[in-house]
Amino acid sequence: MAMINLTINNKAIQVEEGTTIFEAAKLNNILIPHFCYMENVHQIGSCRICVVEVEGGKTLMASCVTAATEGMIVHTNSERVRSVRKVIFELMLSDHPKECLSCWRNQNCELQDLGNLIQLTEFRYEGAKSKDVIDSSSPSIVRDSSKCILCRRCVTVCNEIQGVGLMNPHHRGFSTFIGPSEDELLGESVCTNCGQCVLVCPVGALKEKDTTAVVWEALYDKTKTVVVQTAPAVRAALGEIFLYDPGTLVTGKMAAALHHLGFDYVFDTNFAADLTIMEEGSEFLARVKNAFTAPGEKAVLPMITSCSPGWIKFMEHRYPDQLDHLSSCKSPHMMLGALTKSYFAEKMSIDPANLFVVSVMPCTAKKFEITRPEMYNDGFANVDAVITTRELGRMIKDAGIDFRNLADGEFDSPLGLSTGAADIFGTTGGVMEAALRTVYELVTGRELPGVKLHIKPLAGLNSIKTAEVKIENPLPQFKFLNGVTVKVAVTSGLKGASVLLDQIKNGTSPYHFIEIMGCPGGCISGGGQPRPVNDAIRTRRLEAIYREDEGKLIRKSHENQDVMLLYRDFLGVPLGHKSHELLHTVYTQRSKN
Amino acid sequence: MITTDEVCNVHSMTEEEKYDLLKNVITDYEKKESNLIQILHMAQAIFGYLPVEVQHFIAGQMELSASRINSVLTFYSFFSTQPKGKYTVSICLGTACYVRGGKEVLNKLKSVLGIDVGTTTEDKIFSLSVMRCIGACGLAPAMTINNKVYKQVNPNKIPLILGMLK
Repeated sequence: MAMINLTINNKAIQVEEGTTIFEAAKLNNILIPHFCYMENVHQIGSCRICVVEVEGGKTLMASCVTAATEGMIVHTNSERVRSVRKVIFELMLSDHPKECLSCWRNQNCELQDLGNLIQLTEFRYEGAKSKDVIDSSSPSIVRDSSKCILCRRCVTVCNEIQGVGLMNPHHRGFSTFIGPSEDELLGESVCTNCGQCVLVCPVGALKEKDTTAVVWEALYDKTKTVVVQTAPAVRAALGEIFLYDPGTLVTGKMAAALHHLGFDYVFDTNFAADLTIMEEGSEFLARVKNAFTAPGEKAVLPMITSCSPGWIKFMEHRYPDQLDHLSSCKSPHMMLGALTKSYFAEKMSIDPANLFVVSVMPCTAKKFEITRPEMYNDGFANVDAVITTRELGRMIKDAGIDFRNLADGEFDSPLGLSTGAADIFGTTGGVMEAALRTVYELVTGRELPGVKLHIKPLAGLNSIKTAEVKIENPLPQFKFLNGVTVKVAVTSGLKGASVLLDQIKNGTSPYHFIEIMGCPGGCISGGGQPRPVNDAIRTRRLEAIYREDEGKLIRKSHENQDVMLLYRDFLGVPLGHKSHELLHTVYTQRSKN
Repeated sequence: MITTDEVCNVHSMTEEEKYDLLKNVITDYEKKESNLIQILHMAQAIFGYLPVEVQHFIAGQMELSASRINSVLTFYSFFSTQPKGKYTVSICLGTACYVRGGKEVLNKLKSVLGIDVGTTTEDKIFSLSVMRCIGACGLAPAMTINNKVYKQVNPNKIPLILGMLK
């Protein structure tokens, strides 16, 4: 690679050709103030805060999009740069409401951080405000255009990363707004509710629909038994809100905090993740058996996982003719909700009408999922409220709980015990690995080969990952699988999902089983997780998830004793009548636009 | 390739034929996103404007999101999501026309027609729009009515020009 010589702030610097001025400066410990920049994701120079002065240049240049060239002399902090940067910031603020104290992003806002750096003493520009639309039509995401500063990060993630293409700039100049088309509401659009836009919004323009008030109300209601459950990915990220390093597991403190908040029972969604493996694994084997032993019938393979409600809605809009590839399993927290209001209610003699189930999720799409009409049994919603990891963080702070000094607590039984297989549901590749641990053993009677039960090619942040598992010497009832190589694929982020679905549509998909998670990296970086999220933080959270798995004595779902008891005492067998009623669902064809 | 002549015959077409024609246009342009602006021009020529239904049709044919289509067409003032009148009156407010009195001509147009920029009279005869430089600075202030250029207009001439059309 050719090298380039340039000078930044009188310092001679050598960088590879193609490096931007911003990166060149960063590599040499010069931090250029910036705002919309997100490394490798969003570098389009839309906010102009990162402008620098290049000697000989007529105007200042946005350093995040300008490549360093030979002999360039750059100043990042000259009088001109600092004065222009200040004006750009002032112009941004001139069209931004100054209600920071009543804004949900107060003290957690990148515009405030910038203000802290620039230190204005007065507002010189006051004028018309361009936007004032608050769209709260979606159960997951609220869009407050008055706070939008047009950085276009959400446009990048919605179009380039997720391939949904809903968030776009409309009109131009002062009238520009970011969102769906003018007359289109988020709640009636193709929005998947994945919340990746919420995760990258630097200000309060995009946020999850806050459900904490509903949860507080239930907690204060003496007639209600309030049950809470937490998803696998929450424990690997909640700590960041309390200033722990990314990748710190806070499972025990989280359980303790939930008890302190006043929840009557603290269950673990992981229990239902193990249950999902029993149901989904059985469903997969049934489909495979059909494919290999009933050649006349059309076997619907590959089967695709159904845990991620963002992914499900995307599929319903984009591939309405392929819905039979989806596993019919409800997502784990919906299963746990359904069991809480049936099995648990019966066991504890509680009227399900007086049970209130709260799910703490890394996900904004789960808020939509609980409103689906299929997610009711006997007239009761399976889950009554979903709060994100961020919302739980706010509740814990609001309640004055000293999180960092909490003694570790425990989940409650009978819906609290889980295996390592359930833990890895929180990261991309985890559901597939968990399913294969069980399915392989059910078919062969032997443990899944691989170091520490892992299937290495399925882990990590690559968009599409594949693996093959050869079946040899199966148990007699699976002898039709002898010598068969099971092909699986895993993707996270909806752009990869489109690639795999297009293969299915064209009849070229070589796979038997596919795991799809709506958010890049899986639930560890879901739309409801603490900010910021980047690949370094994703990796730390992912490692934490695998640590949690490896720390468990039992790491295969079919060895979860409480799940086995549930089948013995209540459900019968996987895919049985009761399972179908409570744990499985159907999907809806939706329009493409 | 679809010819301009074909597009010029649209007034005698049924809605269905119009959509068929648009479908052929999109195929001619190979469904490429880089050709979207040309496709929108043709679509506007066929339908007269670009209502939501047409936007959705283009989105479906091109496998793009409807929001993406809307994003592009709302950026350019040439495209309209509202039906246009029989005559589209456009006043140029580019620098030369502006300093030679384009703004006063616009105000006169608004008061004579009784409508705002971007809207159409109730009888669907006139639509009013604003352009930024049509390259006729020597004729400033310039105005166009359905692509015919009127040079050196002033507020007093407006009633006469419009009256001749009606």
